[in-house]
Amino acid sequence: MSESEKPVTMESYIKLCSIIFTVVLCAVGGMIWASFLPHTGWTGKVVIILAIAAVNAFLVAGYLMHLLSEKKLIYAVLVFTVFFVIGLAGLTLWAMNDFPTGTAVH
Amino acid sequence: MEIPYTVENRPDTGIYNAKLGIWLFLASEVMLFGGLFSAYVLLRTGAEPGMWPHGWLDVRLGTLNTILLALSAITTLLAWAACKVRDFGKFKFFHACTILLALSFLCVKSYEYHDKFIHYEIALNDGTFADGHLEEKSPDFDLKAKTGTITILGRIVNDRKELMDLRTYKPVNSKIEIKVADILKMQNYGPWHNTYTAIYFTMTGLHALHIIGGTIVIFYIWAFNRKMWKTDPERFTNRVEVSGLFWHFVDLVWIFLFPVMYLT
Amino acid sequence: MQATVQQFPPYRPDDADEAAAHDHGHAHHEPNFLSKYIFSTDHKVIGIQYGFMSLCFLLFGFFLMLLMRWQIAHPAMAVPLFGSLIHWACGDMAPAVKDQAGNLMGYAISPELYNAFGAMHGTIMVFLGIVPLAFAAFGNYVVPLMIGAPDMCFPRVNMASFHAFFLGGVVMFASFFIPGGAAQAGWTSYSPLATTIPTNGQAFWLVGMVLLITSSLLGAVNFIATIIQLRAPGMTWMRLPWFVWAQFVTAFILLLAFPPLEAAGVLQLMDNALGTSFFLPTGLAVAGKVGMASGGGSPLLWQHLFWFLGHPEVYVLILPAMGVVCEIIANNTRKPIWGYKSLVYSVLFVGFLSFIVWAHHMYMTGMGQTIATFFQITTMAISIPSVIILTCLFLSLWGGSIRINTPMLFALAFLPMFGIGGLTGLPLGLAAADLYLHDTYYIIAHFHYVVAPGSLFALFAGVYFWYPKMTGRKMNEFWGRVHFWCSFVFMNLVFMPMFAQGIKGMIRRMSDGGINYSAAHVPGAIDTLPQNIMELNWWIFAAAVGLGLSQIPFIINIFASMWIGEKVGTNPWQATTLDWHTPTPPPHGNFPSEPHVVRGPYEYSAPGHEHDFLPQAEFPNAAHAAHAHH
Repeated sequence: MSESEKPVTMESYIKLCSIIFTVVLCAVGGMIWASFLPHTGWTGKVVIILAIAAVNAFLVAGYLMHLLSEKKLIYAVLVFTVFFVIGLAGLTLWAMNDFPTGTAVH
Repeated sequence: MEIPYTVENRPDTGIYNAKLGIWLFLASEVMLFGGLFSAYVLLRTGAEPGMWPHGWLDVRLGTLNTILLALSAITTLLAWAACKVRDFGKFKFFHACTILLALSFLCVKSYEYHDKFIHYEIALNDGTFADGHLEEKSPDFDLKAKTGTITILGRIVNDRKELMDLRTYKPVNSKIEIKVADILKMQNYGPWHNTYTAIYFTMTGLHALHIIGGTIVIFYIWAFNRKMWKTDPERFTNRVEVSGLFWHFVDLVWIFLFPVMYLT
Repeated sequence: MQATVQQFPPYRPDDADEAAAHDHGHAHHEPNFLSKYIFSTDHKVIGIQYGFMSLCFLLFGFFLMLLMRWQIAHPAMAVPLFGSLIHWACGDMAPAVKDQAGNLMGYAISPELYNAFGAMHGTIMVFLGIVPLAFAAFGNYVVPLMIGAPDMCFPRVNMASFHAFFLGGVVMFASFFIPGGAAQAGWTSYSPLATTIPTNGQAFWLVGMVLLITSSLLGAVNFIATIIQLRAPGMTWMRLPWFVWAQFVTAFILLLAFPPLEAAGVLQLMDNALGTSFFLPTGLAVAGKVGMASGGGSPLLWQHLFWFLGHPEVYVLILPAMGVVCEIIANNTRKPIWGYKSLVYSVLFVGFLSFIVWAHHMYMTGMGQTIATFFQITTMAISIPSVIILTCLFLSLWGGSIRINTPMLFALAFLPMFGIGGLTGLPLGLAAADLYLHDTYYIIAHFHYVVAPGSLFALFAGVYFWYPKMTGRKMNEFWGRVHFWCSFVFMNLVFMPMFAQGIKGMIRRMSDGGINYSAAHVPGAIDTLPQNIMELNWWIFAAAVGLGLSQIPFIINIFASMWIGEKVGTNPWQATTLDWHTPTPPPHGNFPSEPHVVRGPYEYSAPGHEHDFLPQAEFPNAAHAAHAHH
């Protein structure tokens, strides 16, 4: 069902899609370039690459899934989901790297 | 009583039923792939230093797949837009493109999988390691009986660490013949090879299953739901939108999967 | 979310025939047996399908427990009555017991078989018993009725969800009959044990779990969408019966907590079937051999992924049950529930917090103090909203005009039983005490108190309560009370002694009942299990048998009352909620005309009215609808 009252035309969507596709291609190129950077450690590369991937994801989710024009209800569901994923990953990582004091170093 | 809000939006939430349904389902999928990504992070950070592979996957093929999938996401959106402007011809065209792009993605992926299954790491009796693609086996090849010879296109290294980081230790391959009698252990790069291949096959495999599922649904709507276009075009458009949302999610997963597996 | 009747597209009874015509055409011809009872998309039929299957599985799981308690009380002795049956089903896992002369005395339960019973008892009771009964059966049947909806949001997804559950149940049941037997690594299926046990039963368990998880996910999507989208006009969020709120939060928990376990299940299945090492550490030795798998994995990873679901799962077990108790207490005290708003905010808070407490099941895994502190804080915090909920339910009794009937008896018993279960959980939430009590019978007693005389009593109450809506007859009151009192007494006799056993150090999952650690067996050793603790095993077994016999009146009552039960009208309990304002049994589409909700869910004993209850909704188009439906 239409979310907005603006008239929908194929031309407007094709224009939007061309822009997004171009940006996505640039982002992919950027990630590949970042992964071959000569004087950066793997941690640094991971951070840069994931940041670019996040931009990519934002475009796909925001425009192609029209999340930017979606209702508050959907945002609420996704905010909780993201919180729980971060909780799962973060707490598990923390738990597996926190050791009782005075015991052998792992 | 009919079930309300299957097509028109409910006033206070502003959406129709199936759209809420698909977003809820996608939230559970975020948790599913999130769980798998967490497992990836844990396995990688917990691995012995120097023993986590880099460069085992062909970046060119991965990039090709990324472009195919991104393009299919675009065509999916355009197919929905065509429905909104009631242009059935354009809808048919764009979703046919989506289906073809999806099938191409799967073909490239199958090729990549096959490549891993014919790539062997061979521990030799003298403590060195041979590594490469299996070219041929002699007719009397028998691993248990230790007879025969095999030919690989690869190299022999002394330290297993050199097999891990292919960015640093760029392989120079040549045809090598190995006697089976010299082989201590021979294993291909399947999921059992190490935790990297395990998580790679699991995540890309599950992703591929989602691609197959999404393709089947989109194909079904494209081929068999045409009657609904005539009787209830708004409901048809909603189906296209909902299946398109699933497809975009599949693309979203690949957006993270590609850099994580191929580039880092 | 205003208090006024919302403006929705009007229900047009004149268009009913027209709508039916270009609808799926089901309104005008009688569906055949298959589409009416097996492949139905009607939420009420699906609810009953779930209910029937889950009750059968509960009985089967109970039977497994009886066999285990026998083994504990009489280690390695031939099983009476059922020995040959077990041997027929499980083969050499139930070895023959011969006397000195070599004559066959019967068949006993081997340690492997005991472990299989243990693992499957837990799995079946949780995933094939309580969850489908509490969430899927009662939820499916009652929730659309309570919110004034014609059906669930996605009826065909609902049907798919039931069939996935059915298949999962078949796979789990079938695993007993394969060589090597059913899963034996506990319902928690910890790696590396789950990967190294030489049976395909573990793979069956994993496949069954994937099917059951899929069923729950589909159900959860359906419930949430239904509750959000299909509330009748005027049914604002704060007018929902609390049962619906409880099911809503439960559905969210299932939706978001199950997928990591599904992921983990796939990973463990790959470890089992494909030789990967997600959860197998480097250097693992199995039967003396090292290096059979690549290694590099982490057994702890499985535990984290499992308990990420495992903890929210227990809230799935209890919240719908609390919802049932709330409805029954309101109805049988003839007054509104005390603290409706507190109940709503508490259940939301419980649902949210339940996702970040899971590692209190893992205090013994060598966690550091910092992370243990984090989980202790969240675990203690989550007890607060749980207590608020229990307190509101208790306080609802004050000043009430209490009507005693079988559902009310079970609902009243739920309160102190859940209280015991909850209070005994507090030391377990604190790492210092848990270090001693973990994996002892204290834990078994704790969680059984919340689930068995807790959840299950509430669900029994629900069966007695909603039976008249499903069938038009009440279950027999006398036998209902017999069922209640016998179950109540025997439940406590079974589980209360286990606290003592646990505190004395009896570890769980011991197939010999602890005899190898008993004072009689190793005299002179310190901290052995004293004789009085060991003797409790026999009393617990006897009480378990009594508990089993107590269920017979219930089973007979369910079936017999369908034919000879007291016939009643559409609202025999004089309830306010919408589910009691449909015809009995509710027809396809539930409400002949659209309900318009005008007041809250518990308007009992409002002053100045003729009756002591006010129905939640009015039906302004009723006359019109009666006309259109000729």
